[in-house]
Amino acid sequence: MKVLCAIKRVVDANVNVVVKNDGTGVDLTNVKMAVNPFCEIGIEQGLRLQEAGIASEVVAVTVGSEKVQEQIRVCMALGADRGIIVEAEDDLEPLSIAKLLKGVYEREGPQIVIFGKQSIDGDNGQTGQMFAALTGLPQGTFASDLSINGESAEVTREVDGGLQTVKISVPMVLTTDLRLNTPRFATLPNIMKSRRKPIETLTPDSLGVSVERHTEVLDVGRPPERKAGVKVDSVDELVDKLRNEAKVIS
Amino acid sequence: MSTLVVADHDNEVLKPVTLSTLAAASEIGGDIDVLVAGYDCRSVAEEATSIGSVTRVLLADCEAYEHSLAENVAPLVVELSEAYTHVLTAHTTTGKNFLPRVAAMLDVQMISDIIGVESDDTFKRPIYAGNAIATVKSNDPKKVISVRGTGFDPVLATGGSAEIEAVSNIHNAEMSEHVRDELAKSERPELTAAGIVVSGGRGMGSGDNFAILDELADLLGAAVGASRAAVDAGFVPNDMQVGQTGKIVAPELYIAIGISGAIQHLAGMKDSKVIVAINKDGDAPIFQVADYGLVADLFQAVPELTGALKA
Repeated sequence: MKVLCAIKRVVDANVNVVVKNDGTGVDLTNVKMAVNPFCEIGIEQGLRLQEAGIASEVVAVTVGSEKVQEQIRVCMALGADRGIIVEAEDDLEPLSIAKLLKGVYEREGPQIVIFGKQSIDGDNGQTGQMFAALTGLPQGTFASDLSINGESAEVTREVDGGLQTVKISVPMVLTTDLRLNTPRFATLPNIMKSRRKPIETLTPDSLGVSVERHTEVLDVGRPPERKAGVKVDSVDELVDKLRNEAKVIS
Repeated sequence: MSTLVVADHDNEVLKPVTLSTLAAASEIGGDIDVLVAGYDCRSVAEEATSIGSVTRVLLADCEAYEHSLAENVAPLVVELSEAYTHVLTAHTTTGKNFLPRVAAMLDVQMISDIIGVESDDTFKRPIYAGNAIATVKSNDPKKVISVRGTGFDPVLATGGSAEIEAVSNIHNAEMSEHVRDELAKSERPELTAAGIVVSGGRGMGSGDNFAILDELADLLGAAVGASRAAVDAGFVPNDMQVGQTGKIVAPELYIAIGISGAIQHLAGMKDSKVIVAINKDGDAPIFQVADYGLVADLFQAVPELTGALKA
């Protein structure tokens, strides 16, 4: 079976983003970019299914400008067999991305489509579920465990109260949570090999999808700033401050 | 204008976060109906009838909705949404699971995790782990929105006398089924609703060491949380994680113990009213947001704190 892993190019998780003064967004000039951490877990899951003999091919797909090649190359260096780029603007809405990926799904016919549960830039957490709705597939979201048994899969999900396990039919959509696996590092031979792996480029037109914006971002501002308080010297001083200054304990 | 609020519940009681979702709905304006979709969940619907701001309570009581499986709940919400201009639910793991599915079926770009209502079509939401706040205007004819509980003060659960209306439409997509739940059992208050939260990080060293936090939490009537590092290390289960991709909390008092203060952790707790940090590394970033910082070995300071509070 074929696994399609949708990935997103985002600001590296360790970068402290700076909001631009003109209210149009955050400053991404010369900022380190990376594969969204949840998507990296998705690629890792695809590779593990391949190593377990369940998946025959792992394909990495993304939507964006030509810069996203860098992240697709990273996925192939980790072990993905090939890459697909749908060329579009960088800040498409999740609904448009889901529509484009549906077009890719129809061309590729994978049995498992893996998404990160959210991207660490937009923090929307929508694309996987939207894609599942558009393709009519069942979804195992926020997954911390996956076992595939032919026509169905059991997915353990990280929910607010603990863990929930569901059984869904295959083909299926999976969105990854942090505890699903720990992604590997790319090895030098695999990085060399990845340079010869093919990347196919598609366009919204070639997929017959029109992308239009449904929302407008009117402003991007800074959150209310929190100032550092005081350092106390002892537990007794802390208790005194909490009781008599902050008055949060009795 | 009219809003459908999809209730978050466990088939027995309404989750308090629904009252915050209703507060967001009240700010939008217009009539508000509540949908309770579940199984054997009439008590939840009855609870909802007594909320002052609610006009009608729709009760979809059927086995297919028992575990809020997105494949079954989404088509129900889509069908009922026809009569409304806004569809809201809480940004919990239940809401996050089914609501994007609803939005895509309606060809609507959902607005996730709002913390403010500017008008009936414009909302504020955090992006980049809360390091920026976006003001987003929806041009869709119908708005589909998930609400961050800590962004809105809950409405009163009393003062209402809404009618319950049964919804008989059954949607069973028959492509997903519930297998089992492994839910944490705790006598302590729920993390996202607690007035005081005591959280431990990598500095705790092991799961067993969380016992000293339990003791402090029990004394304060607090919930116990954890940083991602502590969950990833296997010290404590995932439902305790506070942060960008875990739970968002905003208690009166947040005590961070052995937590360095990574960006993604701060995203989950920096709206707390008072923050206390106890860490042996005086340069840890957590001290930049803490109202009161104590540079100390937590294994001495925490039992001492518990002792001082008992006295």
